[in-house]
Amino acid sequence: MIRVVLPAHLKTLAGVTGEVRVEVAGPGPATQRLVLDAVEARYPMLLGTIRDRHSGKRRAFVRFYACEEDLSNCSPDTPLPERVVAGQEPFIVLGAMAGG
Amino acid sequence: MSGVRVLVGTRKGAFILTSDGRRGSWTVDGPHFGGWEIYHLTGSPADPDRLYASQSGGWFGQLIQRSDDGGRTWTTVDNDFAYAGDVGDHLWYDGTPRPWEFKRIWHLEPSRDDPDTVYAGAEDAALYVSHDGGGKWTELTALRTHPSGPSWQPGAGGLCLHTIILDPVHEGRIYTAISAAGAFRSDDGGTSWLPINKGLRSGEIPDQDSEVGHCVHHITQHPSRPDTLYMQKHWDVMRSDDAGANWREVSGNLPSDFGFPIAVHAHEPETIYVVPIKSDSEHYPPEGKLRVYRSRTGGDEWEPLTDGLPQSHCYVNVLRDAMAVDTLDPCGIYFGTSGGQVYRSADGGDSWAPIVQHLPPVLSVEVQVLP
Repeated sequence: MIRVVLPAHLKTLAGVTGEVRVEVAGPGPATQRLVLDAVEARYPMLLGTIRDRHSGKRRAFVRFYACEEDLSNCSPDTPLPERVVAGQEPFIVLGAMAGG
Repeated sequence: MSGVRVLVGTRKGAFILTSDGRRGSWTVDGPHFGGWEIYHLTGSPADPDRLYASQSGGWFGQLIQRSDDGGRTWTTVDNDFAYAGDVGDHLWYDGTPRPWEFKRIWHLEPSRDDPDTVYAGAEDAALYVSHDGGGKWTELTALRTHPSGPSWQPGAGGLCLHTIILDPVHEGRIYTAISAAGAFRSDDGGTSWLPINKGLRSGEIPDQDSEVGHCVHHITQHPSRPDTLYMQKHWDVMRSDDAGANWREVSGNLPSDFGFPIAVHAHEPETIYVVPIKSDSEHYPPEGKLRVYRSRTGGDEWEPLTDGLPQSHCYVNVLRDAMAVDTLDPCGIYFGTSGGQVYRSADGGDSWAPIVQHLPPVLSVEVQVLP
């Protein structure tokens, strides 16, 4: 299971209080795209809030962090860090400081 | 006794204000969607418990919320406002072509007789409709793809479609207004559109007879006189008596004919209300006096309404969707300010009192009369 930390507004929207855990199945490695696919499949009210519904492009004021690294500008198909895949570290979605 | 529910959208959430028909004592509920911009919160004329809210923000974009219980609980519905087909270009502020890009929904207009049918006006300008309570949105593309579309330029607030009027008499007739393209009318449910800007004069554009390019701020209509439209333009208060085919100025003795909202009395189709604002850059009331102006003659002759409104050191603005009327007798008038006050008059504008004074900046005000 991959742990995902959502920002407060999106937790409220999804009706969750803590971390979200999603299963990423597939023959290939877990990636940012697959994790977000899984999050949106479970919480469809989040469609469009993290990335564009059609292009999949990250919204300008959303950032992705994990293992103390900024993964925001990595390709969405880059394999996630092993510690994220193993559930030892969360994949963090957050709003940039400039977005409000 | 009837109840009144005032729906307030603000920069940082939605608020629902309720009272009995006397409109003297109010309950304030909110914020709903705290921290989000609520450009518009409105109810279905066919089912007052059906509410729609446009919820947006810089971080997470556009959402639409629906309530089936008068705002106690909400459900997130579809937010896929894709432009259909070839997106094309409009003009940017600097006069260069720029592709249409969705930013937010400014206005939601529920059908008069079907709670599940609702129209949505977007920035960049486009008109959408849902027939399943917001479950799926479909663009009525003929407006955005009108031959004049490539020449549309945004106003200061963006290229926003902010006014939607569903004609109560002529089936299929829809009016829209876009800043700064102008007003448009469809007589076939949105399949085709006609610019209706003849008679508008706008010093900001070189050709005064231009078919488009006018910064219309708001349009209103009385249901008993569907061919009469009142318009607050960037500058000038205007009137049409032929469904927008021709306009004439009715600014008369207003201290400033700039403003954003315009409303018409529920029972007197020749009684209209505006809030004059100083411009181009100030955007606060002349002389620091917050005055609603009322005309009982359909324009030209205006009287200031000041009782209960601040008459010194007041520098707030009232935005285009932030004024509404109820259908009680006497008619109630409501407006919200950029300073977070929501004022009400329970006597057609003769006297005013704040319902609430310290909300975030108010973006929209709507009112429902409940059984």
